[in-house]
Amino acid sequence: MMKKIISILVRNHPGVLSHVAGLFTRRGYNIESIAAGETENPDVTRITIVVAGDETILEQVTKQLRKLIDVIKVQDLSYSKSITRELVLLTIFSPAERRAEVINVVNTFDATMVDIADKTVTLEFVGNARKVSTIMKALEGFKVKEIARTGLVALPLESQAERNPNMI
Amino acid sequence: MTTGKKTGSQLVVQGLIDEGVETIFGFPGGAVIPIYDVLYDAPVRHILTRHEQGAAHAADGYARATGRTGVCLATSGPGATNLVTGLSNAYMDSVPMVALTGQVAVPMIGNDSFQEADIYGITIPITKHNYLVKDINQLQRVIKEAFHIAKTGRPGPVLIDIPKDIQTFEVKARKIGEVRLPGYTPSTKGHPRQIEAIVRAIRNARRPVIYAGGGVIASGASAELKKFVRKSNIPITTTLMGKGAYPDGDPLSLGMPGMHGTKYSNYAIHEADLIMAMGVRFDDRVAGNVQKFAPLAKIIHIDIDPAEIGKRMAVDIPIVGDLKSILVMLNQKIETQTRKRWLERIDRLKEEYPLTYEKSGAVKPQFIIQTLSEMTKGQIIVSTDVGQHQMWAALFYQTTEPRRFLSSGGAGTMGYGFPAAIGAQVGQPDIPVVALCGDGSFQMCIQELATVRMYNIPVKIFIFNNGYLGMVRQWQEIFNDRRYSSTHLEFNPDFCKVAAGYEIPAFRVTQTAKVKPTIDKVLNMEGPVLVDFRVAPEENVIPMIPPGGGQTEFIGEGEDEE
Repeated sequence: MMKKIISILVRNHPGVLSHVAGLFTRRGYNIESIAAGETENPDVTRITIVVAGDETILEQVTKQLRKLIDVIKVQDLSYSKSITRELVLLTIFSPAERRAEVINVVNTFDATMVDIADKTVTLEFVGNARKVSTIMKALEGFKVKEIARTGLVALPLESQAERNPNMI
Repeated sequence: MTTGKKTGSQLVVQGLIDEGVETIFGFPGGAVIPIYDVLYDAPVRHILTRHEQGAAHAADGYARATGRTGVCLATSGPGATNLVTGLSNAYMDSVPMVALTGQVAVPMIGNDSFQEADIYGITIPITKHNYLVKDINQLQRVIKEAFHIAKTGRPGPVLIDIPKDIQTFEVKARKIGEVRLPGYTPSTKGHPRQIEAIVRAIRNARRPVIYAGGGVIASGASAELKKFVRKSNIPITTTLMGKGAYPDGDPLSLGMPGMHGTKYSNYAIHEADLIMAMGVRFDDRVAGNVQKFAPLAKIIHIDIDPAEIGKRMAVDIPIVGDLKSILVMLNQKIETQTRKRWLERIDRLKEEYPLTYEKSGAVKPQFIIQTLSEMTKGQIIVSTDVGQHQMWAALFYQTTEPRRFLSSGGAGTMGYGFPAAIGAQVGQPDIPVVALCGDGSFQMCIQELATVRMYNIPVKIFIFNNGYLGMVRQWQEIFNDRRYSSTHLEFNPDFCKVAAGYEIPAFRVTQTAKVKPTIDKVLNMEGPVLVDFRVAPEENVIPMIPPGGGQTEFIGEGEDEE
């Protein structure tokens, strides 16, 4: 199974997410994550989807997305040629005596402690898939209370594209 | 269009008129009363069906028979959900349709209001596009876009859900410019480099076969296809959806391919060194097993929908574009080739594996269809329901022109045939229309007898009455050890008495000798007529390839197995 980041620009109206998400259900594609937000043009929304499948399926996903009337543009982004980020909010159980351990991870990975309660702390961190999974691994020893992830967002690496315009 | 204040309903009806809509099919209800009020004295003919499903299928049949966009109208909630099967049917077969539904007033949406259903959400996967209009200022644009989307590119149904308050609000009518959809620009012209590649492939092919489908008819490319076939001398197999794209019975015609196709079309595909797929989608009923499909052949795939290329079948030369324009270009570039050896081989296949049936015993459905075909020379419009009779019609009725054979292909919707025939007859009043129906299928839209009677729509209904849900029974016979679970209809109504109840003349045929005189009599009668043909109850559709089988893996009684 391969993974692919698909970035699509859509006409911004209430039903458009249903159309996009519905396509994945109907055609049996697997969404790993989906993130949507306005762009510089308020009439246009960018939806970033991470999808898993073999090459044939991934090609079909792109073609079927292009068929949706509200989809203005479909971009295939590879991990190596784009900037990818995800934001994670993570609440873990952390007794007072282990707080130092947590702070150590926070400092090492440039995360932020956004809430401290008696039994838990909440961390915020941003990064690409590798960074996120590294932090998660570093915190494996703590019991997770709750986790919220935005899903991946991505843009093409312009500096690379300038050097090789055919790349993206 | 005149400017000045108009209600949403007036804009809807004006939008239909501006799009050239003459006839719509529908059924009123609470949430569309304002639209019906405008229709009351508008120059748009409204055909009142007896069920919204009938309206959807009639709009579909109208579109297939005329090439124009079919329109249906229903109220909110159950009215709208009753359109769902018809929309799904039109979507699967790429039929241009616009469905208008009423919706509860905008402030009531989401409150589980009376007769509320999220038809927008429900129909996302079965429409080419759909709209919920919550702002009256968008209404005119949406209607124009809907018609544009329905009939351009790969055609399909579009639904517009219109809340009741939007129908009554007043707004100044505006002049609507051209449709601007940045995300929707269907390509039409084929790429010249691919055209060249196709021309080369044709020149080098020794055993080419054309596999043509509904896309040929949708593109209006039948004349160009005929020219192409004549010039290139390439034998052609036409799918259920492509029936009529090329005349059946022509020496180069191989008939239908696939599961219940002719043996010679399937053998030709199997032996081919080049397959020219035109406006088809390698459906599983044609290519049951893509790994075994045309194993020796290079595959050319011509389609307007890029997503169909490589969806099921790996393709050697893909070309995206409108078939008609591509065929025009190909016709200028290809050379005449005689293909003597290949055509001799095709003739031998036709001799060796003729399309036939056993003529003894009870009234044979194949005989009825063959007789109708000979008597009408394939010149009338025929619609079918779904099942055994549909396959016999596909095999034994020789269609000579496009838009004359209407059948539910992708969706396989029982109950389609009769209402589709109504739509076809309304759209083509000068061409006789015969609905070929199964006794099971017919009962799914039997209520439309009132519609043909009310408007005196002269559809002739032929019921192939075998007392079974025949196709499923056939599968149970072959795959489930003759355990006919719920496929024996044990009780059927007396269809002649049912017709009498609707004041429609009806005949029953129980003997082979009566088939021809009855058809002759019925075709010469005015107004709707029903014929109840009592046919051989356990007749099977032969040839047959089991699901997932390769093109030569036939099964069936008394047939020589390969």
